[in-house]
Amino acid sequence: MKSNRRQFLATLGITALGWSLFPNLLKAAEATSGHSLKGKRWAMVIDTKKLTVEIMEKCIRACNKAHNIPHIPDKKEVKWIWIETFHHLFPGQMGDKTHVSEYPEKKSLCLCNHCENPPCVRVCPTKATFQREDGIVMMDFHRCIGCRYCMAACPFGSRSFNFYDPRKFLKEENPNFPTRTKGVVEKCLFCYERIDEGKKPYCVEAAEGAIYFGDLNDPHSEVRKVLAERYAITRKPELGTFPCVYYLI
Amino acid sequence: MLEKAIKGSKLYWGWICLLLVGIGIGFLAYTVQMKEGLSITGMSRDVSWGFYIAQFTFLVGVAASAVMMVIPKYLHHYQPFARILILGEFLAIAAVSMCLLFIIVDLGQPQRMLNIIFHATPHSILFWDMIVLNGYLFLNILIGWVTLEAEHKGVEPPKWIKPFIYLSIPWAVSIHTVTAFLYCGLPGRHFWLTAILAPRFLASAFASGPAFLILLSYVVKIFAKWDPGKEAIQSLAKIVAYATIINLFFIALEVFTALYSNIPGHTIHLKFLFSGLPGYSTYVPWMWVAILAGLAGFFILLFPENRKSDNVLAIGCLLVFMSCWIDKGLCFLIGGFTPSPLEEVTKYVPTKLELLISFGVYCAGFLILTILYKVAVGVKKEVAGEID
Repeated sequence: MKSNRRQFLATLGITALGWSLFPNLLKAAEATSGHSLKGKRWAMVIDTKKLTVEIMEKCIRACNKAHNIPHIPDKKEVKWIWIETFHHLFPGQMGDKTHVSEYPEKKSLCLCNHCENPPCVRVCPTKATFQREDGIVMMDFHRCIGCRYCMAACPFGSRSFNFYDPRKFLKEENPNFPTRTKGVVEKCLFCYERIDEGKKPYCVEAAEGAIYFGDLNDPHSEVRKVLAERYAITRKPELGTFPCVYYLI
Repeated sequence: MLEKAIKGSKLYWGWICLLLVGIGIGFLAYTVQMKEGLSITGMSRDVSWGFYIAQFTFLVGVAASAVMMVIPKYLHHYQPFARILILGEFLAIAAVSMCLLFIIVDLGQPQRMLNIIFHATPHSILFWDMIVLNGYLFLNILIGWVTLEAEHKGVEPPKWIKPFIYLSIPWAVSIHTVTAFLYCGLPGRHFWLTAILAPRFLASAFASGPAFLILLSYVVKIFAKWDPGKEAIQSLAKIVAYATIINLFFIALEVFTALYSNIPGHTIHLKFLFSGLPGYSTYVPWMWVAILAGLAGFFILLFPENRKSDNVLAIGCLLVFMSCWIDKGLCFLIGGFTPSPLEEVTKYVPTKLELLISFGVYCAGFLILTILYKVAVGVKKEVAGEID
């Protein structure tokens, strides 16, 4: 076979292309081969009957302290977990306020739902917010450009933006968790740092048994048992985001 | 051709200096924002986009409107637009530049903005918006410059530019469609969750853009003593009239669908805009002015005798432009965020610093516009044998 420079370059080019594509094709093949059974699916079940304001405040304090969440006294605040009325948690589901007044005013905890199908991840232009294999919706504070598209996309108001430099509003700092800079979005991360160590989230620990946490994919897990026994609702199920935070009614 | 931009009257240089001062003021305000973060704006956890993104949305429309001259000129060989077309294309360049600036000033971490390219994410509409806006900017610079240069040399534009011109037509539609997709693909934001959003954006774009171009034509006529052509202006005025009524019709469709279905999540935003929520009715007068100005502008422009009178035409265009600006550059965005997904009502009013930064961006846009128009008109005059 006669070969010349042109042919040699063509072969080289095709080889390089194959070299670069092949590992990706392998990866893509792996990704499609049924990983859904393998991975865990973290979920939280909040017992709204057991929760009292004191317990809720304990949960919030534990979270705020551990995650260096600044206390900002205006509407530019940063919140990961907070108290909200049923009326705000489940808008449109509480009936009219005149006849049924008890439930709409009842209080419960509000946090990121770690949706199975998260709109925030869909819209993020830099993958600064992304979903782990176990379902936790994460934030990369160093990649976020602060466009706040995720805040517009979140139907649950779970995200906060650092309008201010948050470090100015921190009284004491937990050196084991990163503080954030101004201009990035943040939210509850389901205590991924504790889950990776085999521990439960801070709020679950502080809730005195009023919040359950576990693997939704495991039929023997505590969350599955309690969901099988009692009636639970999620926020805005009609939007198809499939929240992983359940509320026992 | 750029040399035309550095030879001008005292008035020209005075205006340039004024714009530079405006840019300087905006930049100073921006340094405060860089230091203090977006805390200096009126935005909040609930209204997390504000005046900047609203201006961006509005200006995308102004940019897209150039297509209203490109289609008649290149697809239907409508010659009266040959003269004015370059003004439309250069307006698009200035408008897209402002869009990009408004996005940048809105970012919390602007120094990281290239992450959109380094970590390109095709499932994000913002990624596509970046592509279409920059592409449109490139197309208009290329087409505008090449055709003007050909005219300068007294030759036909090169053949290779034709595919770019044809491409610019769907591309113009795409920039506003993608911008609408930014909003209408979000679950839980019922005010924006409407399939009619992209057509509505396009209608208001084809009303506000040409209306602004007519006003600019008068400015050019008065200050640069160059007439873009009576027939072109008259045709543009008809486009403005039809686009205005289509835009208002679309708004009426939204109002009907929400109010007649009576679904609370859908009606509440319209209630906020048209009658106000308890303790918060800041934008009610604005919204009504937008509707009434739009209607008044339409009825003025509907009658040929009104369009033929320069003063009446200018008033009609001014009303239409104002209507579209209030509707899209203010109320559309704030209305979508109020109330929040948790049905909480948080007030938003842009702060002075926010407005100053926006003013600086507008000055930058007008500087680009002035320089480009100076070049365009200079070339046109030279070709026509008039002395500048």
